Amino acid sequence: MSKKKSLLKEAPLLEVKNLETAFDIDGTYYNAVDNVSFKVKPRQIVGVVGESGCGKSVMSLSIMQLLPKGIGKVKSGEIIFDGISLEKMTEGQINKIRGKDVSMIFQEPMTSLNPVFTIGYQLQEVLFNHTKISKREARLKSIALLKSVGISRPEKIVDEYPHQLSGGMRQRVMIAIAIACQPKLLIADEPTTALDVTVQAQILELLKEIQEVNDMSVILITHDLGVVAEMCDEVIVMYAGKIVERTDVDTLFYNPKHPYTTLLLGAVPKMDEEEERLSSIKGIVPSLTNMPKVGCRFANRCPKAMPECFTTTPMLADVDQGHEVACLLYETSKPREGVK
Amino acid sequence: MSTISLHNKSEKHTPRSENLLEIRNLKTYYPVKGGFFKHTVGHVKAVDNISFEIKRGETLGLVGESGCGKSTAGRTILRLLKPTDGKILFDGKDITNISGKHLREIRKDMQMVFQDPYASLNPMQMVGDIIAEPIYNYTKKSKEDLKKEVMDLLEKVGLPPDAYYKYAHEFSGGQRQRIGIARALALRPKMIIADEPVSALDVSVQSQVLNLLKDLQKEFDLTFLFIAHDLSVVKHMSDRIGVMYLGNMAELADKKSLYAEPLHPYTKALISAIPSPDPRQKKERIILTGDVPSPINPPSGCPFHPRCPMAMEECSKTKPVLKEVRPSHRVACHLY
Repeated sequence: MSKKKSLLKEAPLLEVKNLETAFDIDGTYYNAVDNVSFKVKPRQIVGVVGESGCGKSVMSLSIMQLLPKGIGKVKSGEIIFDGISLEKMTEGQINKIRGKDVSMIFQEPMTSLNPVFTIGYQLQEVLFNHTKISKREARLKSIALLKSVGISRPEKIVDEYPHQLSGGMRQRVMIAIAIACQPKLLIADEPTTALDVTVQAQILELLKEIQEVNDMSVILITHDLGVVAEMCDEVIVMYAGKIVERTDVDTLFYNPKHPYTTLLLGAVPKMDEEEERLSSIKGIVPSLTNMPKVGCRFANRCPKAMPECFTTTPMLADVDQGHEVACLLYETSKPREGVK
Repeated sequence: MSTISLHNKSEKHTPRSENLLEIRNLKTYYPVKGGFFKHTVGHVKAVDNISFEIKRGETLGLVGESGCGKSTAGRTILRLLKPTDGKILFDGKDITNISGKHLREIRKDMQMVFQDPYASLNPMQMVGDIIAEPIYNYTKKSKEDLKKEVMDLLEKVGLPPDAYYKYAHEFSGGQRQRIGIARALALRPKMIIADEPVSALDVSVQSQVLNLLKDLQKEFDLTFLFIAHDLSVVKHMSDRIGVMYLGNMAELADKKSLYAEPLHPYTKALISAIPSPDPRQKKERIILTGDVPSPINPPSGCPFHPRCPMAMEECSKTKPVLKEVRPSHRVACHLY
């Protein structure tokens, strides 16, 4: 049923327009996320990849309005979720949406649960905040939720503390909390990075299953290209706070356009190929304070860099239908008059 | 079929046809203290009876999930930990119980590259001093010679000469790992134990460090024990691979036969669990249930049997031993 509906052109569930998030370093604000725009359609899994420090997590915190107060702020741009602008909301208003319609799973299952409260308490907290529910019902519901994320003996686990659980179990609890109110959008920030591969496989399977059952959209932030290939419909590649390429997963892996994407794909050791040397990218991501003001931010590490790469900032534009690239190798990325 | 050519390949790595390192029935237990008088109430059997050998110039990879004892094994071989039982033979010498002067002598030949490049370098020391320290410790060299040698090492690992006067915090993760590698190389060891050297790094930087390690291995004729949890990284680096589970060696084989034909159900599950960076490849996935059990109370019989999809009755009763079922392919499983 839902597949049929998705054939129609649907309004995006989340639309981020020209988002700029800045951090205060010694009195000056530096853009950690710079002019980022993208859309997430209903029931879509969008992957965000890039090296550490490229702004993936800051972007997701900006959407959730969870930036550290006084240090980070959304400078400009719009975040439209389900027709409402999130960035202008007060704390009280956003609290009604956070955890209910949009929720988040963090990387560290060890630190994102409160060690002094039971699993049940932390699950019921979300339920009490967003729904009218009695204590008894909440307890039953939390047991059902734990069961739905594949935890055996949920009746016992509900009264246990986070330290009594393994990493994989804690991540399952985090997922249970995140989906407690059946959100429309789930932001998963490196949900499996801290886990072993066999447990990672379990968690990814679970996320996919929940996504299908609940008709959720997911933004999956990861640095693991394997996870992206396995899970996502669409992929956003970020570099130094900017989107450099955005396309569907198949095109990204078989026809990458941006030199950064190509190098990133080549740097992963492949299981079924024998290669003597891996492609590597020389240098490192420039730090926030050293970001080049004009030109392509990848230019100093790019093997295909041309002189103009250092002087002209490329724009993210369609090279093919639904395949956006920001690189001066492509005519479409060259700035046109009147467009900045 | 393919095993024949593999056999030849492994022989290529044995110019002197002898093993640099031999581990026999190695056990390392950590005591668990409890009760009022802090008696030993049990043991964490971190490494429980493993045996393997590393040939000269070869890279042996050790893989396994967290808590499987791979790091403990590496540290025990370096004698940073005292083995509970078993034998460690390095370069023909029994180093299981040596101490003091003899141990110091041996350490010159085995060095370690640690996992966390942020924690394994002294923040108060200049990088030049960090790298010079092992040389200073073991040889009598003039200041100029020492500095020249450090500069040489910096160049070898791809760091600029001015790194000498900088401090560790001024470098990125990948560069710090290069400093760690330079320090490990300083005494021109015969063997380097690399414990998850790239797990804290991004893929693009990870590939730089992996390429560097391979280059250095050729240049200095190094033998590696490469410990990692990432199977694709281990496969890229190693000639032979040992798969550990709960302190035991589940399978030990040439990398090609291990990946082409994994025998142990755990290895099969482990390989199938790796997300492949290819969206068109849809593979049959074996999803294991549950987590790795606690090594304080390992399951009876085969340690993997509670999670094993092919477990038989025998598996919970007797512990399988590692035996050669094909040429250079050893497995510990009752199925074979």
